[in-house]
Amino acid sequence: MLKVVHYINQFFANIGGEEMAHVPAEIREGIVGPGLAFKQAFGDEAEIVATVVCGDSYFNENMEKAKKDIIEMVKKYNPDIFIAGPAFNAGRYGVACGTIAQAVKDELKIPVLTGMYEENPGADMFKNSIYIVSTKNSAAGMRKAVKTMAPLALKLAKEEKIGSSAEEGYMPNGKRVNFYEKDRGSKRAVKMLLNKLNGKPFTTEFPMPDFDRVPPNPPVKDITKATIALVTSGGIVPKGNPDHIESSSASKYGKYDIDGVMDLTEETFQTAHGGYDPVYANEDPDRVLPVDIMREFEKEGKIGKLYRYFYATVGNGTAVKNAKAFAEKYAKELKADGVDAVILTST
Amino acid sequence: MKLELGYIFIKDIQFAEQSKVENGTLYVNKEDVKALILEDQNFKSADVELARPGESIRIIPVKDVIEPRVKVEGPGGIFPGMISKVETVGSGKTNVLKGAAVVTTGKIVGFQEGIIDMKGPGAEYTPFSKLNNLVLKCEPIDGLKQHEHEKALRFAGYKVAEYLGNLAKSLTPDEVHTFETPSLTEGLKLYPDLPRVAYVLMLQSQGLMHDTYVYGVDAKKSLTTMIYPTEIMDGAIVSGNCVSACDKNTTYHHLNNPVIQDLFEQHGKTLNFVCVIISNENVYLADKERSSNWSAKLAELLGVDGVIVSEEGFGNPDTDLIMNCKKIESKGIKTVLITDEYAGRDGTSQSLADADAKANAVVSGGNANEVIELPPMDKVIGHPEVVDTIAGGFDGSLHDDGSITAELQVITGATNEMGFNRLSAR
Amino acid sequence: MHMCTIVPISLTVGANRIVPTIAIPHPLGDPSLSMEEEKDIRRKLLSRALKALQTEVSEQTVFED
Repeated sequence: MLKVVHYINQFFANIGGEEMAHVPAEIREGIVGPGLAFKQAFGDEAEIVATVVCGDSYFNENMEKAKKDIIEMVKKYNPDIFIAGPAFNAGRYGVACGTIAQAVKDELKIPVLTGMYEENPGADMFKNSIYIVSTKNSAAGMRKAVKTMAPLALKLAKEEKIGSSAEEGYMPNGKRVNFYEKDRGSKRAVKMLLNKLNGKPFTTEFPMPDFDRVPPNPPVKDITKATIALVTSGGIVPKGNPDHIESSSASKYGKYDIDGVMDLTEETFQTAHGGYDPVYANEDPDRVLPVDIMREFEKEGKIGKLYRYFYATVGNGTAVKNAKAFAEKYAKELKADGVDAVILTST
Repeated sequence: MKLELGYIFIKDIQFAEQSKVENGTLYVNKEDVKALILEDQNFKSADVELARPGESIRIIPVKDVIEPRVKVEGPGGIFPGMISKVETVGSGKTNVLKGAAVVTTGKIVGFQEGIIDMKGPGAEYTPFSKLNNLVLKCEPIDGLKQHEHEKALRFAGYKVAEYLGNLAKSLTPDEVHTFETPSLTEGLKLYPDLPRVAYVLMLQSQGLMHDTYVYGVDAKKSLTTMIYPTEIMDGAIVSGNCVSACDKNTTYHHLNNPVIQDLFEQHGKTLNFVCVIISNENVYLADKERSSNWSAKLAELLGVDGVIVSEEGFGNPDTDLIMNCKKIESKGIKTVLITDEYAGRDGTSQSLADADAKANAVVSGGNANEVIELPPMDKVIGHPEVVDTIAGGFDGSLHDDGSITAELQVITGATNEMGFNRLSAR
Repeated sequence: MHMCTIVPISLTVGANRIVPTIAIPHPLGDPSLSMEEEKDIRRKLLSRALKALQTEVSEQTVFED
C-alpha cells in the first residue's frame, strides 16, 4: 500500500480559526480532518500514515524554520506522496500548501500535490512547478476536490504518465500535453462559436502567449569598422547538411566557416529547411544568406568585415525555447569574438 | 444548391480479375490500375498494394489520400478543373465509396511527406488507418524534376480515385445524406432568428509543391473568394501539398471537411450556415494583407455574425490566421480559430508563431512536437529510410528493428486543423 | 537586426530593428529577375539593414526605406 503524508492547517485540524493560526507545526500519526475523505477515495491503494498540522500565520511568519521542521517530520515516514490541503480560497493556507509542497518535492524528491481555488495567491506562485488541482473557493467543494486529487495523487505516487490538465484536473502549468477530447475539433469549434455568439461562457483551448520584449541596443557607431555576422533561421548549411539539422523542429544549430567564401553556390551550400519550397534557396543560397553582397560591402569598405563564421538553424516548427537556447549560446561566442552587429535573416 | 451524398460502405478491399464493388468489398484489378498510372510517361514503373485497418503495415512517405467519389446526377464530374471539365459541381447526386481511399506515395521532397500506420499506436493518430487503402507506388523516370513529379503523382491519385469511384456509379447507396445551401435571401427568410455563420477555409499556397487547387486554379493566384460547401464535397478543392504531414489537408480532408459537416448539422437548428470563404496563405506579406482584408470584407458583406477559421500548416500561416481573426473581429464578427501547436517536445514552448488578444476562442488539434514511439510493422510500403529526414524526424529516428522515435508531426493528418480528429492539447 | 518577410511575426516575437524582405522562400532574392537585378535588390536590402544598424531606436521599428 502506498504511503501518504498529508498537510493541513489549524482550521481543518479543528484546533481553531484565526485565533489559533499561530500554532507551530506538529505531526500526528494517521488521519486528521479532511484526510478521512482521502482515505475513502484511496480505498486500499494508499493510506495516510501521518498528518502535519500547522497554523497558517505560523507557517508564513516563520517560513524557513517551518519548512525545515516539516521536512524532517515528513522524511521519517518516507512517503510515496505528499499532499497539502486543499486550501480553497484561503490565501495564507494556499501559499503554505504551495511552499511546503514545493520544498518537499525539491528536498525529498517525492511527488507532491496540492489543491486550491484558481485565484488563491498560492496558485500563481506554484502552478508551473507543482501540480495544483483547481478547486472551488470554499470548503463546500471538498468532496469534488478530493474526487480529482485522490486519483491524481495515486498516479503521481505510482509514477505513472500524467495526462493533460483538462483530463487530470490540475491547473494549466505552461506544459502542453496531448490528449483525446470527447468530440472532434470541428464540433468543438462549432460549439465554441455558438457560445460566443450567444454570450455564453466559453474557454479557449489555447490562451494566447505573451512574447517577451528586450530593449533595443544602441546603434553601431562606425559601421565601416564594424564586424558583422550573418545568422539565419532559413536552414542554409554546407552541401550535405553535415550536422544533420532537422528539416523541422530543429534541436540544434550549425556554425560554419566562410573564410574566403565569396559567394554561396548550388554546389557548395543548400537549405535544410523543410517548411518552404527549397528550390530557390538551393539554386542560390545567397537569396537567404547574402554572403555575396556582404563580401562586396567588405571590399568597398562599407563595413569593417564579415565575421568568419555564420550560424544557421531551421526555423520550422522549432520550439521558441530551443531557439532561445541556441541564441544564448552563440550570442556569447559572437560577443567574445568582438562581433559588433548581427544580421539575422528569416524565411 | 442541394447535393445528395450516397454512401456505399466499403469494409474490405481485394485484388481481383475484375474491378467492382460487391457486398461491401471493393475488388480491384491491379493491372488496370497500373496501366492507368503508366499512361503518364513521367513514371517508369508503378505498383499497387493494399493496406487494410488492423494490418501490420506502415506506408511511408505518403503524399495524398483521396476518397473515390462519382457524380451520379447533376452537372460536372469529380475534381473539376483537374480531371473533369470546369463545370460547377455540388448539386445533384454523388456516390461515395465510404471506407476506401487511394493513397499516393513517393519520395518527392523526402522530408515533406508522412507516415500512415495501419496498426498500433501510430494508427490511433491518423484517420486513414481506418480505411481500406489502395496504395500507389509510382517511380518517376530518372531526372524528373520535383515539381513535375508532384504533379504527375497528384494526377495519378485523381485518376485512380476516379476509376474506383466509377465502380459506384450505378450502385444503390447504403445511406443518403442531403446538404442544401439556400441563397442569401432565402436563408434570411427561412431562418430569420438564427445567427448567420460562415466558414473561412484557409488553403496552403506557399509556392510550388505547397499548393492547393480550386477548380484547377492554383490558390495562391486567387483572391479570397466564396464557394458553396457542397462544391467542395465534389472535389472542387484538391491538395497538391508536400508539407509537414500532420497538419496538411489532404484531398480526403477537403472532400470530408468536418467543419462543413458539423455546420450543416446545426444548420437551421442553432445557426444559419451561409457559405464557405476560401482564403490562401501566400509567401508575400502584401498577399497576406490583401487576402485577409478580403476575408473580412466578404464576411462583412455577407452580414454574418460569426465565422470559424481553419488554418493549414504552421509557422508563417499562423500570421494569416491571426490577420484573418483580427480583421474579422474588427468588423464586429465573432471568430473561432482552429489550429495546432508547436510547443516543443516537452510542451513548454510557445505554440504559435503569431498571437493576438482578439484570438480568444481557439480550438487546438494537439502539439505536433510531442515525441511518439512507433513499433516496427511486418510490412513497409515505400521507403522507410526517409524517416530520419522527414519533418518531425531526426537523426536516429529509425531504429534497426524498424521501430521509430519521432515527433507526432510525421503522421499524416495527426493534428489536422480542420478539426478532423479528437486530439487536442492543454 | 532582423530581415524577414513576415513582419507581423517579427513584431510579435519582439525584434527591434526590422527590414522587410521579398518572400519567404527567397527573402533576399527574386528568381523572376536576372542575376544582376537580384543582386541589386540584395544590395538595396542590405544597405537598408546597415542603415538600421546605425539608427538609434527606442521601440520596435520597421525600416521600410
